[in-house]
Amino acid sequence: MAHYQDYLLHLADNALILGQRNAEWCGHGPVLEEDLALANNSLDLIGQARLLYQLVVSVRKDGKSSEDLLAYFRDVPEFKNYTLLELPHHTATLPTATGNRDYAVTIARNFLYSALMVPLWQGLTASKDLQLAAVAAKSLKEVQYHLRHAHDWVLRMGDGTAESHRRIQAAFDYLMPFTQEFWTPSPMETLAVKNGFGVDTQSLKTEWQATVADTLQAATLKLSSATGFVTTGKHGVHSEHLGFVLAEMQSLARAHPEAVW
Amino acid sequence: MRPHDAIWELLETVTDPEIPVVNLREMGILRDVRDGPNGLQVVITPTYSGCPAMQQMHDDVAAALSRAGIAAEIVTQLGPAWSTDWMAPEAHEKLRAYGIAAPAHRVSGLDESAQVISFAAQRGPRTVDAIACPQCGSANTTPISHFGSTACKALYRCLQCMEPFDYFKPH
Repeated sequence: MAHYQDYLLHLADNALILGQRNAEWCGHGPVLEEDLALANNSLDLIGQARLLYQLVVSVRKDGKSSEDLLAYFRDVPEFKNYTLLELPHHTATLPTATGNRDYAVTIARNFLYSALMVPLWQGLTASKDLQLAAVAAKSLKEVQYHLRHAHDWVLRMGDGTAESHRRIQAAFDYLMPFTQEFWTPSPMETLAVKNGFGVDTQSLKTEWQATVADTLQAATLKLSSATGFVTTGKHGVHSEHLGFVLAEMQSLARAHPEAVW
Repeated sequence: MRPHDAIWELLETVTDPEIPVVNLREMGILRDVRDGPNGLQVVITPTYSGCPAMQQMHDDVAAALSRAGIAAEIVTQLGPAWSTDWMAPEAHEKLRAYGIAAPAHRVSGLDESAQVISFAAQRGPRTVDAIACPQCGSANTTPISHFGSTACKALYRCLQCMEPFDYFKPH
């Protein structure tokens, strides 16, 4: 069952890390409505992560695990999220000061991830694990809404001003190679598929590509190339950025273990 | 009489912490009162995965039962996933009176991904269901933001009376 726990952790870590990243916009959104939108998006994602961590705890039945332990007391190599989701909100060429978050990167990433998660959660509603299927049915409704939100902003930015067009194009050009990780197999995914618990992401690739191509075309953007390096976050081998995300997210829980509100 | 009618009656007093004009049964959150292996079970289902009000609802149900001296286990059930279609008809009217436009009906069985894509493929003015303003009743309204003050609401504006209002998202 270790592989299956890893598969659940992979799904949970994806949601938690993107939720934590997007929450960075809380109080800093480009406009009030988007500040609220991203906070709501994070609330959904962190809620999904909690449900999935609770599933892992119920599978482990070791009496020691808890959702807080899984979220706050694991280190970088134990996290199984896609590298895409831990990246800061700016392209590689911009300075890294937090004031330089680029909303185009935020939107492009949310779009690429949600376009995957809509068919993935859809597929998981038929998982043999009925608990996972229930989480999937719930999460599906939420990511459909996230996809719509991100899609609308891709259109608005791509088909907007010269500056917004340039920035959303740069964001897609920067992020697209990271999406190759969606399709590379890993033992945890292969086994989960074989056992009827998981969904083969390869089978979703055509649909994902169509969603991305249609939207980028409608937004007058060119389809960015998804070639080059293949990242390995889901194997626990991450970029230099995840450590900083965890440091901020975990510091309070580690300074005050078992603290309660 | 339903089984456990008295318990249902008692729980009528437990309202949504965010929208205190509707109770948990009317919201479709209170799913069942039944006999479990270890005694009485009260079944609730979460609205959104990250809804911060869920814990409060759980505690409010527990408090109401405990005040009445009833021992029951509160079970949180994920599936089937909560839908705004489960909201009672009277909840729609109460929401409107409270200033929140009630959710449009979801068509069950609709291919949800196709729904997103067709929305996505649309250019120019959108043909979405007209949402009536809860203040003046006009259907001449427009969305301001897909996300509002809580996970379950979107923000709209009435072009007739010019007032902004919350719309309870169909989910």
